[in-house]
Amino acid sequence: MKKLMLLGDEAIAQAAIDAGMSGMYAYPGTPSTEIMEYIQSSAEAAELNVHREWSSNEKTAMEAALGMSYAGKRAMVAMKHVGLNVAADGFINSAMTGVNGGLIVVSADDPSMHSSQNEQDSRFYAKFATVPCFEPSNQQEAYEMIFDAFELSEKYKTPVLFRITTRLAHSRASVRLREALPQKELNLPQDLAQFVLLPAISRKKYKTLLTSFESVRYDIRLSKYNLFRDGRKRGTGIIASGIAYNYLMENIREVSDDYPVLKISTYPFPKELITDLTSRCDEVLILEEGAPFIEEALRGILDDGIKIFGRLDGTVPRDGELNPSIVAKALGFPVKYGENVPSVVKMRPPSFCKGCGHADMFSALNKAVEPYGPGRVFSDIGCYTLAALPPYNTINSCVDMGASVTMAVGAADAGLFPSIAVIGDSTFTHSGMTGLLDAVVKGSPVTIIIADNSTTGMTGGQKSMATGRIRQICEGLGVGHDHVREIVPLRKNHDENVIVMREEFDHQDVSVIIASRECIQTATRRKKSEAQSE
Amino acid sequence: MKNDIILSGVGGQGILSIAAAIGLAAIENELFLKQSEVHGMSQRGGDVQSHLRLSDNDIASDLIPHGQADLIISVEPMESLRYLPWLFGEGWLVTSSNPFINIPDYPPVEDILAEITKLKNHLIIDSDKIAKESGSLRSGNMVILGAASPFINMPVESIENAIIKLFGKKGADIVETNLKAFRAGREYSAAFRS
Repeated sequence: MKKLMLLGDEAIAQAAIDAGMSGMYAYPGTPSTEIMEYIQSSAEAAELNVHREWSSNEKTAMEAALGMSYAGKRAMVAMKHVGLNVAADGFINSAMTGVNGGLIVVSADDPSMHSSQNEQDSRFYAKFATVPCFEPSNQQEAYEMIFDAFELSEKYKTPVLFRITTRLAHSRASVRLREALPQKELNLPQDLAQFVLLPAISRKKYKTLLTSFESVRYDIRLSKYNLFRDGRKRGTGIIASGIAYNYLMENIREVSDDYPVLKISTYPFPKELITDLTSRCDEVLILEEGAPFIEEALRGILDDGIKIFGRLDGTVPRDGELNPSIVAKALGFPVKYGENVPSVVKMRPPSFCKGCGHADMFSALNKAVEPYGPGRVFSDIGCYTLAALPPYNTINSCVDMGASVTMAVGAADAGLFPSIAVIGDSTFTHSGMTGLLDAVVKGSPVTIIIADNSTTGMTGGQKSMATGRIRQICEGLGVGHDHVREIVPLRKNHDENVIVMREEFDHQDVSVIIASRECIQTATRRKKSEAQSE
Repeated sequence: MKNDIILSGVGGQGILSIAAAIGLAAIENELFLKQSEVHGMSQRGGDVQSHLRLSDNDIASDLIPHGQADLIISVEPMESLRYLPWLFGEGWLVTSSNPFINIPDYPPVEDILAEITKLKNHLIIDSDKIAKESGSLRSGNMVILGAASPFINMPVESIENAIIKLFGKKGADIVETNLKAFRAGREYSAAFRS
């Protein structure tokens, strides 16, 4: 069969196409973005007419995928870990409804927060929702596992959470493909009340979910992805999952026969395999990326069983992503570092690109708020969050998608003046619109600057749902026509933009300033491709 | 055989084109390959690196362990030093001498070069100048790849084939410029070491 060099994200995407998926739904977010991007650029997906449009946010993506599943077809939804918070309502209730066509929810965690606000571990959502979870260790396994996840999903009528972490998402390796499966036919659920979560129905469905999850637990204990391999020495047994398993194998390559090793790739955990390991060892080392999810379960509250080493006792750091050296230390192996980084090397944080419109917008905003003093600008998730850093130091918050608008409203409620929000165009349509409606309905004196670069910039320039319709949306939600202002953030317009901002600060009701200038990255790419096609 | 390579630079400098060329060559040589990349926030002018692992055996870790990289290939001099804790004592550091200055406290270039020359095995190359002489400033990455190519355990022809494949879509002229840049870098490297 064909072999391809694929990122972990791309292996998942290719597997979904090959497993007969009919619809892919997602909102961009590092490190999950390349799943949808791969499907969008796949000739096979185009030929098979696989649905592959971005959604406005993770919740709409989750629900649309559930709709595809309702209609009997296989669907996948992908997001970054914090996106699962946005999709949580749909996700958790999809466990209650169950699925019809197979449904996989991919959540890409970002331990060490390379491009994220937190390092929450998605596996807790599996437990919370009573949903099985798979976590692959490598690209080939990710590819294979998608087929099995769809099968498990349909067999037990449950969504399956598919957890990956940054290093797998963004690491490339060779993947051997399988023969592709056909898509499923349109097929309504046998019970047309399956998706109706009225209390009387829900109470029954919850009992069914709890029973069926026990069957999943029984089934999954035989999963080929949970692998126990006995070792010659019986002192320390090792449990590893996900990418941590690779770091373990890197370290024990030459002595791998010495250690009993259990690789756990599923939730629910394979209890029998765990007792196989613990019954023949004096102690257990647990290596897992993210939170001590397996470790807490094994220790329980009393922690009075076998001696356990892991993140909770400091053998492995409590936070941050793992690497081969951290794992070596946990194993008691020496680590031979190279030379230290000389002091001449300075930090190089990310910054606005040369020619970025956000930079000119923030220069104007800094000038406009100067008379009022610092601490009045709420912001959001996107490239423009870089204005928290020098030389701008403009923004005072970055919490979650859309929070700039609503936090500005709350601060205005408290009497802060001026109370300003800066939100990107794609973030605005993701989760800013409902907050704007709150502001309109109560006549909140906030100024909302929509930094419109006509793309989802931070994740690499995906389609923005807002493009070309921001004014219509704002006016439609009830912002007065004269207080939806449009500016072009260019240095030559600086003075005039400062005046517009100050005028709208003074307006005692909701104002929106749309600062529009195309993202320099997408503009460059567009010009290049236009030049090539000429 | 194993070849653990760290590629470094600043987001936007395109280190992934070097990674892609080595990757394609590795496939031609039927080697195992793992390549960890940085996507996301750092790509906006922050420091970026890629771990590239080649081996004739199965590779476990996607990341290179500290002290085990055989080679650092950097398109920016200060960035080349950021990954020294990964470099094996006898390993080589190949870097462009051209600084990318987008921070206010960027140190004097001489100080950076002085640190690099303290290393036993280092090669500093003015990739901008050589790229310009080869026909395009934009082929600087291929100059650096050329300079580093003697330290990569693969036949040079397979790396050249990879460059042809990589730039093939962009037309014969672009392929030729990049090959020229690659060869100029390789020649500089040979002259430097003799």
